[in-house]
Amino acid sequence: MSETQADPGYHVSDKKETNYIHASKGLLSWILTVDHKRIGIMYLFTIFATFALGGLMALLVRLELLTPGETIMGPETYNRVFTLHGLVMVFLFIIPGIPAALGNFVLPLMLGAKDVAFPKLNLASFHIYIIGTIMALWTTLDGGVDTGWTFYTPYSSTTNTPVIMMTLSAFVLGFSSIFTGLNFIVTIHKMRAPGLGWERLPLFVWAMYATAVIQVMATPVLGITLLLLIMERVMGVGIFDPALGGDPVLFQHFFWFYSHPAVYIMILPGMGVMSELITTFSRKRIFGYRAIAVSSIAIAVISFLVWGHHMFVSGQSAYAGMVFSFLTFLVAIPSAIKIINWSTTLYKGSISLDSPMLWALPFLILFTIGGLTGIFLGALGTDVHLHDTYFVVAHFHYVMMGGTAMAFFGGIHYWWPKMFGKKYNEFWARVSAVLVFLGFNITFLPQFVMGSRGMPRRYYDYTPDSGYQIFHQISTVGSWVLLLGMLIMLVYLASSLRSGEVAERNPWGARSLEWLTQSPPIEHNFHEIPTVVEGPYEFPLAGANTASEGMDVSGS
Amino acid sequence: MANTSESSFWMPPQASTIAKEVDDLFDFIMDLNYIFFIIITVMTVAFVVMYRRKSDDQLATSDFDHSILWEGAWVFVPLLLCLVVFVWGFRLFLNLSVAPEGSMEISVTAQKWAWSFKYDDGQVVNDLYVPANRPVKLIMKSRDVLHSFYVPDFRVKSDVIPNRYTTVWFEALAPGEHRIYCTEYCGKDHSGMYRTVKVLSEEDFAARKKKGFEGRPEGQSPAAWGKELYSKLSCVTCHSLKEGERRIGPSFWGIVGREGETEDGEKYIANEEYIRESIMNPMAKIVKGYPKSMPSFAGQVDDDQMDAILAFMKTLK
Repeated sequence: MSETQADPGYHVSDKKETNYIHASKGLLSWILTVDHKRIGIMYLFTIFATFALGGLMALLVRLELLTPGETIMGPETYNRVFTLHGLVMVFLFIIPGIPAALGNFVLPLMLGAKDVAFPKLNLASFHIYIIGTIMALWTTLDGGVDTGWTFYTPYSSTTNTPVIMMTLSAFVLGFSSIFTGLNFIVTIHKMRAPGLGWERLPLFVWAMYATAVIQVMATPVLGITLLLLIMERVMGVGIFDPALGGDPVLFQHFFWFYSHPAVYIMILPGMGVMSELITTFSRKRIFGYRAIAVSSIAIAVISFLVWGHHMFVSGQSAYAGMVFSFLTFLVAIPSAIKIINWSTTLYKGSISLDSPMLWALPFLILFTIGGLTGIFLGALGTDVHLHDTYFVVAHFHYVMMGGTAMAFFGGIHYWWPKMFGKKYNEFWARVSAVLVFLGFNITFLPQFVMGSRGMPRRYYDYTPDSGYQIFHQISTVGSWVLLLGMLIMLVYLASSLRSGEVAERNPWGARSLEWLTQSPPIEHNFHEIPTVVEGPYEFPLAGANTASEGMDVSGS
Repeated sequence: MANTSESSFWMPPQASTIAKEVDDLFDFIMDLNYIFFIIITVMTVAFVVMYRRKSDDQLATSDFDHSILWEGAWVFVPLLLCLVVFVWGFRLFLNLSVAPEGSMEISVTAQKWAWSFKYDDGQVVNDLYVPANRPVKLIMKSRDVLHSFYVPDFRVKSDVIPNRYTTVWFEALAPGEHRIYCTEYCGKDHSGMYRTVKVLSEEDFAARKKKGFEGRPEGQSPAAWGKELYSKLSCVTCHSLKEGERRIGPSFWGIVGREGETEDGEKYIANEEYIRESIMNPMAKIVKGYPKSMPSFAGQVDDDQMDAILAFMKTLK
């Protein structure tokens, strides 16, 4: 049998040709590239930088909260810092994140294609992302926005901070997201290799497809909402501000109509990465392929129907609350299916604890906690007490960071040898994964308890007699452990680029088409498009007749 | 007649009649959380340990990849549990939302960055005084941006909005004090905007209401009371007491008798009438060079309080 899902007769040469990094030289050849791989790499570096910026804001927030009263900054600065943390992490890191940095690189390779459907649109996506990022950072020069990333009115329509520039930047960034989504949908429909039917697609592709559908359909709503907010500030049109005849709750409906589906833009790609990591590092076919594929689509659809669960105490009617609560419980089920299917896949597999798996396994546990704690919030009676407390903050960090960010780092480590042709130091990679896991839990577990005990969110300060200080202190120390883990990652990844060991074509023994190409791939990916003859996870079974040439399952 | 309970690991004390109902649902969901967390974690850890790759060429020993029974169970059982939690949560929400007939009504106003509470006899105070064992319904509105009224010990919360009334109700179990937090981000002093629910016995409540909950305390001078009001009404957030120190608004040092110019170019002297007008209708004469952001305190400062504030300001020189 063959090494990947491609036809066993496909000729794989191990002779190294000029790869995409060396194919052309000079800054302009990167800035004006239409190669999806170069675009993915440029996104990757930028996204690392935005994550660092958002992370720095988080460290500052946690430092301020170490002690009651002013610790390192006053309340007005604090409000700008937590706002920037949210805006950078949501719009500059996590929404583009996996699709732009990993999807761009991997998707065409996984499909056996030479590029995406619209390479120039892909380049445009990147440049629009850069422009939007510069606009967002510009606001920091102007004092910074202090509204929280959710821009609730009338505070955001009346505060004297650079709201217009920041909302314009989000508007611009939205186009980057929409173009990427559009590109991926068409690529997946039209550019699959012969034999690569829908049920033979790696689950990462299904996840990217579902994500892309949400990106294309939901993002325009945010764009319009932000334009309306700008109109209100600039022209005094009364849409959201009651002083002008508007309705502030209307803003929340418009905002969350996008922002709830947006959180599924954030998690679905991570779930896609999970399917790849769990299968490769168990050497086993995924349990419940169809259920996982269909659940991604189900999540994409139902995600549009639950936005009101952010608004149970907003003045929204109890009837609306009931409908949204019910639908919210429905959307939990497909995610639960994925979790149990990934866990079940491990059964009787051959489980490696190589570093990518040290991101995948924590995802399983941390996303479970994040998802389960969502139940408290989806239930109306308990949400009243927990809404706008640290319980919510802990919940969403467990799903977004314990979930998506872990999957993102897992994917980076997994595809690193393919992207750069270099290995990284496995020992330090494991140290980093463990430190991040520990640091994450130390930071966020206490926040559940603080929240259920009543500590509100977006608070600059708390009183010494409130009883919350010890939780804040533990949480802040956790953030330093997280920082250490991330710094170590930065060092060994940088070192890998400079002087890492050369990586082979398929270091992990995986079976999807990207592992057919050399590491790093040649500029056009494949000389000859492969034909696919089986599913993406047909790992050989112990004891089956496996005495055939060309089979390479070793990790060497 | 129940007493306020002690706090538990997850929750603050149960100080209202509905707190126990909320905690019962919370505890049920927490039990589900523990159970499913343990199932997934044990499964994962056990499989990793049992099937750990010990040699480079070790392969999987099963291709078990689908089971209608297993999938079905994991759809059906979570769905059932979710439906139970949904119905329970919705019914509890209705109990939280609908105040009993005959509740005592108190009017609440939120603004950047203070709460005020108005009783049926017209008195306005800055902490919330309520009798124990009687349902109380708060009818709330905001003067400016979104705020949210939250008493963790009572398990009640509602956003407070500028263009309509929202309500919250509770029945406190026993005399005591409980923190009120603003829990919708509202700017600079969002975290400083907390006050206290003071639950009094039925008799104490009646007696103190008659006297006025927050009149000037016996033996305290008007100027000293004025200084307390300067903090309580949140003037401190925007107005410093230090000479020349500018915050969002001008310093109060030397303010009485100060001369200046409004943004319309009109000249003013900050005498008692100017100060009173600036508190009741700040937009009338904004000082040149300062933003238009002071909220009005009309209806929140009575004549006694106004005299005290003026007396305090006269000491600032």
